[in-house]
Amino acid sequence: MPAMFANIASNYEEAVAVILFCIGFCMLLFSRNLLKKVIGLDIMDTGVFLLLADRGYITGRAVPIITDGVTDMAHYINPIPAGLVLTGIVVSVSVSALMLSLTVRIYKTYRTLDMDKLYLMISNRRKGGRA
Amino acid sequence: MKKIDKDSLLGLWLTGDLNLTDRLYTDPLPHPEETEKYQPGHDRKTAVRVTRCFQRVYTVCAALLCMVFAAVMLLTVANLPPYGADDAPTVNEVAERYVEKGTEETGAVNTVAGMILDYRAFDTLGESFVLFTAMCAVTVLMNLRGKHRRLRVETETVDYHADPIVRTMCKFVIPVILVFGIYILLNGHLSPGGGFSGGAILASAFIIFAMVWGEERASRTIRVPVIKGVTLCALGFYALSKTYSFFTGANHLHSIISPGVPGRILSAGLILPLNVAVGFVVCCTMYSFYMYFRRGEL
Amino acid sequence: MSFVQNYPFFSIVLSLLCAVVSFVVPARWGKRLTYFLLCASLYMQAHLLVFCTAGHVSFSYMMGHYPAPWGNEIAAGIIEPLMALVFVIVILLSVSGGGKYIESDIAGGKQNLYWVMVDLAHVALMALCYTNDIFTGYVFIEICTIASCALLCIRESGRTLIASVRYMVFALIGSGLFLIGVIYTYAITGHLLFPQLYETIQALWAEGTYRFAMTAAIGLMTAGLAIKSGLFPFHFWMPDTYGRATPASSGILSGVVSKGYIFLLIKIIYRVIGAEIFAASGVQTVLLLFGIAGMVAGSVSAILSRRITTMVAFSSAAQIGYVFMGLGMGGQAALLAVFFQIFAHALTKPMLFLASRDLSEASGGHQEFRHLRGAAHRDPAAGIAFTAGALSMVGVPIFAGFIPKLYFAAASFNMGWRTWAVLLALAVSTVLNVLYFLYTAMVIWMPNAPEQREYRVHRDDRGIWAIVVFIVFNLAVGLGSAGITTLLTQGFDLFCK
Repeated sequence: MPAMFANIASNYEEAVAVILFCIGFCMLLFSRNLLKKVIGLDIMDTGVFLLLADRGYITGRAVPIITDGVTDMAHYINPIPAGLVLTGIVVSVSVSALMLSLTVRIYKTYRTLDMDKLYLMISNRRKGGRA
Repeated sequence: MKKIDKDSLLGLWLTGDLNLTDRLYTDPLPHPEETEKYQPGHDRKTAVRVTRCFQRVYTVCAALLCMVFAAVMLLTVANLPPYGADDAPTVNEVAERYVEKGTEETGAVNTVAGMILDYRAFDTLGESFVLFTAMCAVTVLMNLRGKHRRLRVETETVDYHADPIVRTMCKFVIPVILVFGIYILLNGHLSPGGGFSGGAILASAFIIFAMVWGEERASRTIRVPVIKGVTLCALGFYALSKTYSFFTGANHLHSIISPGVPGRILSAGLILPLNVAVGFVVCCTMYSFYMYFRRGEL
Repeated sequence: MSFVQNYPFFSIVLSLLCAVVSFVVPARWGKRLTYFLLCASLYMQAHLLVFCTAGHVSFSYMMGHYPAPWGNEIAAGIIEPLMALVFVIVILLSVSGGGKYIESDIAGGKQNLYWVMVDLAHVALMALCYTNDIFTGYVFIEICTIASCALLCIRESGRTLIASVRYMVFALIGSGLFLIGVIYTYAITGHLLFPQLYETIQALWAEGTYRFAMTAAIGLMTAGLAIKSGLFPFHFWMPDTYGRATPASSGILSGVVSKGYIFLLIKIIYRVIGAEIFAASGVQTVLLLFGIAGMVAGSVSAILSRRITTMVAFSSAAQIGYVFMGLGMGGQAALLAVFFQIFAHALTKPMLFLASRDLSEASGGHQEFRHLRGAAHRDPAAGIAFTAGALSMVGVPIFAGFIPKLYFAAASFNMGWRTWAVLLALAVSTVLNVLYFLYTAMVIWMPNAPEQREYRVHRDDRGIWAIVVFIVFNLAVGLGSAGITTLLTQGFDLFCK
């Protein structure tokens, strides 16, 4: 089995990206505060983008913008992950804006961002008339 | 064990409330106003206890899940091809063609621009519509015209306009930012940049304007129909021009769009106008996000 | 190249344009534009289906001037237009049946945005049906997520906001996992298009390299899509989401959006990973177990709920469990049952949501069962629709819901311990379904007192034809299953590698 996981030492950048992803994931699961959940979401996305960007890097090569007419692949890194990261970032911006506007509206309606309190509030209202 | 809710189907059945043979039971439908006051057997304490109990179970499950997940992710990373290797599976004929033939086929010196706006343009079309979708969704949530106006939270704000240093500096900085944004937009196919980054820079100039001169003034200067019109034109142009290019491509028809001479500012076929269109969309979206969060309307 | 082959692309680009135009025009025109779009799309999917079936062809369509490994592609066979057709029909019927509630539930100034969101949900579903590129799939998943969140929270109330947050948190965890699975897949194969991915994955699996990463990628993509479509134990967002939205949105969200994710998952299983590798990776068995758990847990939650919409929403969790159980069984016989389950659920659930809203409106706006006694006498059309839907969900013959249960049972034989698990789950779940659906039907048909029968509010019969068409489709799928089976079997020849 060790041969299968031989690249742990060289893939330290990816490991960091994955750890970032897990930190965001934990924040999303454990934070009660809605705003922290949104921050966790952004950290999670950042981890994904770092992972993706790492996958495109090739040691010692330049950015994929053709300079001096040299079009040989041996001089440039892989352009595909860069394009995918761009898409991912745009999606992440959109989703964050949506989540933040939900947060603002919830705060205006219930005056709290604590998810536990929110659930308690709505379950009280549901079960016992207007609490 | 969760107590059975007296009003659930099962509860009604167990308590005999759902006794379907008892057709003569006379209990006219309560008046809606009476039912507002109707209080079933649950009190606040039960709700708190149930929530706490759920919380504990949830925390344990989530912690286990997180640990297992992190371990699996790290092992997966260890099983991936090494970082920075030039013989990784991703360095294949696909990447090769984007780099080696990209300039010739699309006219873009920036291979990433060529890839996202020509080879894989459908993804990018979708991506612009993600922004548009988010803009509409934020409008749904944050638009406070009408009765929701009173829900506005008054926050303490700094009046930047009263500060002569900020005001004077902004007069100088905003045009520079605008010019820089336009430069990034127009050079997307030649250098790093393009519609998304250029549009964000343009939007930042407008946002500074709105911050310093006040949102009311900004909304009088940049009117709602202008923002809507620009978004409509930019997205409409984007969708229609890509329709032309996809249609000719798929049907193997001749396309009148030529890559031009790589390196010139007016080259790379549709990439330059598409970058401009995307830039306008991003600019409008970012600016309207700011305005909705700050003011509640455009 | 025939002109008909452009139709998938036309339906996508037409709805993009309609969405943008609806954004600036008044709501009245947005509505007309959406109906025009849905009717045009309906025609195009139907024509394409006829074209593909008549010629028994599947084709891929270049999105641009560059062929497969370089450019984006969409692909269609028999299955894809069939799914797209069902999706369009359900969206059309949901918005026309729930049209009267769209007007009353949504503030006047925001109604045009509702139509924008319907257009965008339509484009995302069409793209999910036809895409032949895994990253395009991701982009349109996100459009679908944001549009469904907006469809949910456009009805102004505190509860829909909390429901939206819950929905979004689960949906975003799902898309995060899916994206990271896509990245792993890309990192070890170097491709993003389905045909190339399929070949590379087959070769890699045979060699045995990167097997752990491959398994993790399969697991992550499956988990992401399963969370988004509400598989147990991630179904807790369902009651709030489906129960609180306006009925047209509930219909779209439960009937088609979750099915869109499931169809993408089916495509990934059969056209990217390959059924053998999916089975060998062990993810299949996990899906089977979670599907069975979902069938039972969803039904139990439905029994414990006290509001009719909550009950209908939890029953969705159970029905999604059936789908994942079918995917976990593997094999074409089970896949056939999965498609029937998708059709039956998509054609029944929106009708149930519409009918339960009608019933609660007839009972003074109350959704609790104790207020719904005799509601069917007050609004007979809704009562009949609810009863028909309940019979279909329980699995009574001649209704659509009977066919998948029969096929699941037939497909389960000779599978070792799985046979017993599946049969037992089917039996338990059916009993539970009977318990809550038929009791509800009895509650709404049997008033406590004679005057409950006459208690009439002002009834709004607009959109009643949508309910009638839903019932007709239900009966058509239930009675005409032989023809659909033939169609699907032909489609599998083209669809499965």
